[in-house]
Amino acid sequence: MTRYLMTKLIEAFIAIWGVVTIVFFVSRILGDPAVLLVPVGAGQQEIDNLRAALGLDRPLLEQYFQSLLSMLKGDFGISFQHTRPALDVVLERMPATASLAGLALLFGTLIGVAAGAIAALMRGTVAELIVMVAALLGQATPTFWLGIMLILLFSVELGLLPTGGSGTWLHYILPGLTLSVFVSASIARLLRSSLLDIMREDYVRTARAKGLMPRTVFFWHIARNALIPVVTMIGIIAGELLGGSVVIETVFAWPGVGRVIVQGIQAQDFPVIQAGVTLVAAIFVFVNLLVDLLYGVLDPRIRRG
Amino acid sequence: MAPLLDIRNLTVVFDTPAGTVHAVNDVSYTIEEGETLGIVGESGSGKSVHALSMVGLIARPPGRIVSGEVYFKGRDLLKLSQRELFDLRGKEIGFVFQDPMTSLNPVLTVERQIAEPLRRHFNLSKSQARERVVELLELVGIPNARERIGQYPHEFSGGMRQRVMIAIGISCNPKLLIADEATTALDVTVQAQILDLVRDLKKKIGTTVIWITHDMGVVAGLADTIQVMYGGRIMERGPVDTVFEDPRSAYTWGLLKSLPHGGKRGTTRLYQIPGNPPNLINEPIGDPFAPRNTFATERCLRETPPLQQVEGSVPGHKAAVWYDLREELKKQEAKV
Repeated sequence: MTRYLMTKLIEAFIAIWGVVTIVFFVSRILGDPAVLLVPVGAGQQEIDNLRAALGLDRPLLEQYFQSLLSMLKGDFGISFQHTRPALDVVLERMPATASLAGLALLFGTLIGVAAGAIAALMRGTVAELIVMVAALLGQATPTFWLGIMLILLFSVELGLLPTGGSGTWLHYILPGLTLSVFVSASIARLLRSSLLDIMREDYVRTARAKGLMPRTVFFWHIARNALIPVVTMIGIIAGELLGGSVVIETVFAWPGVGRVIVQGIQAQDFPVIQAGVTLVAAIFVFVNLLVDLLYGVLDPRIRRG
Repeated sequence: MAPLLDIRNLTVVFDTPAGTVHAVNDVSYTIEEGETLGIVGESGSGKSVHALSMVGLIARPPGRIVSGEVYFKGRDLLKLSQRELFDLRGKEIGFVFQDPMTSLNPVLTVERQIAEPLRRHFNLSKSQARERVVELLELVGIPNARERIGQYPHEFSGGMRQRVMIAIGISCNPKLLIADEATTALDVTVQAQILDLVRDLKKKIGTTVIWITHDMGVVAGLADTIQVMYGGRIMERGPVDTVFEDPRSAYTWGLLKSLPHGGKRGTTRLYQIPGNPPNLINEPIGDPFAPRNTFATERCLRETPPLQQVEGSVPGHKAAVWYDLREELKKQEAKV
């Protein structure tokens, strides 16, 4: 078990290092941040001075290794825009992102699991048709469009809910709903097909032949196995949501991690971009590691010694 | 004494998009307490479906029981409520399925899977059930039973998994044990071990057994009575030795002739029954085997022969034929 965990941790570390490297070089292609940071009308001398102060005049590889070393110490540099540690700029946005992600994940999973189970158990009925059409629409609708439509309806037309920003629980409703729709639709569709597959398994027939009550057969023999792929999907979605949904945070002016990264890119604020993307990658990798471990609990065949 | 199981005119169909599949057609037979009945037939002969349908184990829809009565200890199983069937399955009638890799739940321990019927039907506590599970595993010949109960199916070999499957089937001491292709997925040596085990268990617990297989050899070594099925019908049945010696259905005869005989090797080609298995979507008319039967008469194609006592054979030897196979074989020999 510890060996398995060690391998996984090393893999995770390599994955994050890869992300950091790509982000470092890609962000350097964006342009020269010093030009954006100096006041309008400043001369070349001032730009050069600023570039030297930010360390951007040194060779690229030197900058790369320098920032790798600092990152290992947890230092992502000072944000060009905010003149504060970049990691702090990103981390202080984390609660907003995490609370929205948690809400969407909770409701999305509850609704998705219920809908998927209903669709599978009521196979061939109108109920299944309704659930599946709704799920298909939910998964196919772009979230930004759904978000805008919800704002138009509930905020602009009805004036019931704020159009964006954060502060009260009312602010959570529209972005939370938008994300939940996507989460629940994905889960419902996967769970339904997974349940229908498992219901045909020989061991389900064995369970019935033992005279077990239908609910025992369903929960212990069907659902238990059908949930394995669903857990993976929830893990992947959780990783994505915790990294901040860039689109949703932009549509709803939600002060989350995704939005701060986008603002960083627009301002060519390299430290913020690096801190943000590294954090997102680390969360994603960590959540996936948790899913892997959970997998071992759910499925003894992949449990390791 | 009344037979343990008395099946009368059981007919089962499946409604599929391609049409109605006539899986079991007017099957009637009885089985006495303590008897071992071997049911032989190819895929689609209705041998598994008829057994599963009588305890509500086929999916309905698409399956549909058109007619019939199945008396088990005097009660018609087809008239039981769902609840009564739940109480019956596993307790009164135990099942052993083929391919224990897929017939055991991969994510539950062997202990849990064997204990389930015990706890369901006898309300045993966890520890009482565990004692019984260990006892059962020892009975079916799994070494170190106590250490192995916490393991999962994938930690057992194929033969050991089949033993676990048998332990589940006999856990509640059922009156009737139905084994559906229980040795099919196993290699020959393991198959022989399992058959030994079943013979041994029969001596110890005296259960009545229906052994469904497509392997004549397995039936020969295990059953008292053989029943040959084809196209959803019983073609012939009788004491194993009699039927093997003196088959009266051309299908049984063809099956026996296509078996390799020990000793003589490579001298002649094995016999092969001509034609293809029947398409069960067509309404069954006549003897289902007639289109492939060189001895078939005009009547065989039009009229379904009833399963009747074979004249001049032992009591209980029945065949569904219009022709006299012995006469036909004599004629054939005379021509050659």
